[in-house]
Amino acid sequence: MSHNASIPHRLISQDVPQVPSLMRATLTSLWSPFNGFLEWFGELGIFAWQVMRAAVRRPFEGRELMRQLDEIGSKSLPLVALAGAAIGAVLSLQSRSSLVHFGAKSMLPAALVFSIIHETGPIVTGLVVSGRVGAGIGAELGSMKVTEQIDAIEASGVNPYKYLAFTRIVACIVMLPLLTLAADFFGVLFGWLADTLVDPISFTKFIHRGFAGTTFSDFLAPTCRTAIFGLIIGMIGCFQGMRTQGGTAGVGISATSSVVMSSLFVILADVVLVKLILVFFP
Amino acid sequence: MTLPEQAVLVGPEETAAVSPPESSGGEHEGPAVVLRGLHKSFGSQIVLDGINLTVKSGETLAMLGRSGTGKSVLLKLIIGLQKPDSGSILVQGQEITSLDLQAMNEIRKKMGFLFQGAALYDSLTVEQNIAFPLKRHTKMTKSERRDRVKELLASVGMESALKKMPSDISGGMQKRVGLARALALKPGILLLDEPTAGLDPITSAEIDELILKLQEEHHMASVVVTHDLQSAKTIADRIALLYEGNVLIEGSFQDLEKSNNRFVSAFMQRDS
Repeated sequence: MSHNASIPHRLISQDVPQVPSLMRATLTSLWSPFNGFLEWFGELGIFAWQVMRAAVRRPFEGRELMRQLDEIGSKSLPLVALAGAAIGAVLSLQSRSSLVHFGAKSMLPAALVFSIIHETGPIVTGLVVSGRVGAGIGAELGSMKVTEQIDAIEASGVNPYKYLAFTRIVACIVMLPLLTLAADFFGVLFGWLADTLVDPISFTKFIHRGFAGTTFSDFLAPTCRTAIFGLIIGMIGCFQGMRTQGGTAGVGISATSSVVMSSLFVILADVVLVKLILVFFP
Repeated sequence: MTLPEQAVLVGPEETAAVSPPESSGGEHEGPAVVLRGLHKSFGSQIVLDGINLTVKSGETLAMLGRSGTGKSVLLKLIIGLQKPDSGSILVQGQEITSLDLQAMNEIRKKMGFLFQGAALYDSLTVEQNIAFPLKRHTKMTKSERRDRVKELLASVGMESALKKMPSDISGGMQKRVGLARALALKPGILLLDEPTAGLDPITSAEIDELILKLQEEHHMASVVVTHDLQSAKTIADRIALLYEGNVLIEGSFQDLEKSNNRFVSAFMQRDS
């Protein structure tokens, strides 16, 4: 006697997926994006290796590096300063009412300076630069890729990994800490401005109170960690740009993915680096 | 499409009516480029299927074929922008498929490449575009470089565009500047990817004349990928027609015109 003999025929429909095939489909749908992510990571690793290999060989493309320092650093300064200023003012206004409520109004400068130097300044700078510079690098290199300009560089015997990628990555690494200092400065300045408009306090007194317990290491570690943000932004922007495919649509995808991926990795790196800083600079 | 019947294979020895002069760009005596059993695939798509081809020093070879038959891929393989799956590529007698990047860059200095869209660096001026390879591969002073750039621009009739950005000049002008950049290092081999694509007939004829003039002046070996039969007729000493990843026929323009092969006839009659 057949195993299905007692089961009504209508319940043994061919349309209903069988359990193993359903499991396979589910596993495939889960594996596919994971596999894609692993592939992306592997290709990024190969790209990083090629950039590093190119970096140690002459010539060192000093002029292109200077151009990128200007492009990435000086041209990002107004946006970073504005973002820092806005964050400083908002932090001052928001913290004030809470501190007044607990009778700790005098702690406002210290709270503001601590918050800006340790976290807000670095992360805001990282995210602002990943938006402006990440998109810029992704779109510029993407458009160079689809118009064969990168091939033309290679065809003329110049290593594009050095000329295009290494210079941009180094510029990001160098400029991020400097931009962070600018964001910190404008954050503190506008934090004081917002505070003094409500309850007048001299800038000297504000700074004195704000930096009372602050040491050099309080500055050093959080500011230097933005060099890692620079590495992430430069590396991902160049990688996404130089692997662009598919014409102008591909350029758009590269620009967007550069921003999304670099912002995501900046945030993840921030979490890891904050933990490491707390371990090594308690 | 059905396979063409009776492919008439004409050897280069039979067809080179006029022997081109020796190239001044490279001191190499033998053939400029030799391809042997070259295979290239992209995924499951076979683009080049064991192609054999020889480009003699000083001659201009035009590569014809339908879109997607691997003509541009062939140029990129010769200059090392892509790697073949198998086969051999000899550039001025040197096997390039196994070279490392540094050695390949040395070989690349012997070749000039004009890309289909000119591929001028859009962040640099016309002058900086042409000076780009000079700055990196020669010890010229700034004034020597400037003189060389002016000389190159004069040879392509673009002296007035020195300080212009690529976006400020027309497609035909961009091709001229691209050609000047390709000639900057006095290459022995010139690779031209559709030099007249997207240009009006008058500008195309001007570009053809320019290529002929530069050929006479520099005596380079040239490989020209084109769909423009008129252009191929004007500038090429020899023509190779690609079909399904291989050379279906090679010979003079007249040899191709006389061919009884259905595909060759269909291809050659398109413009006539």
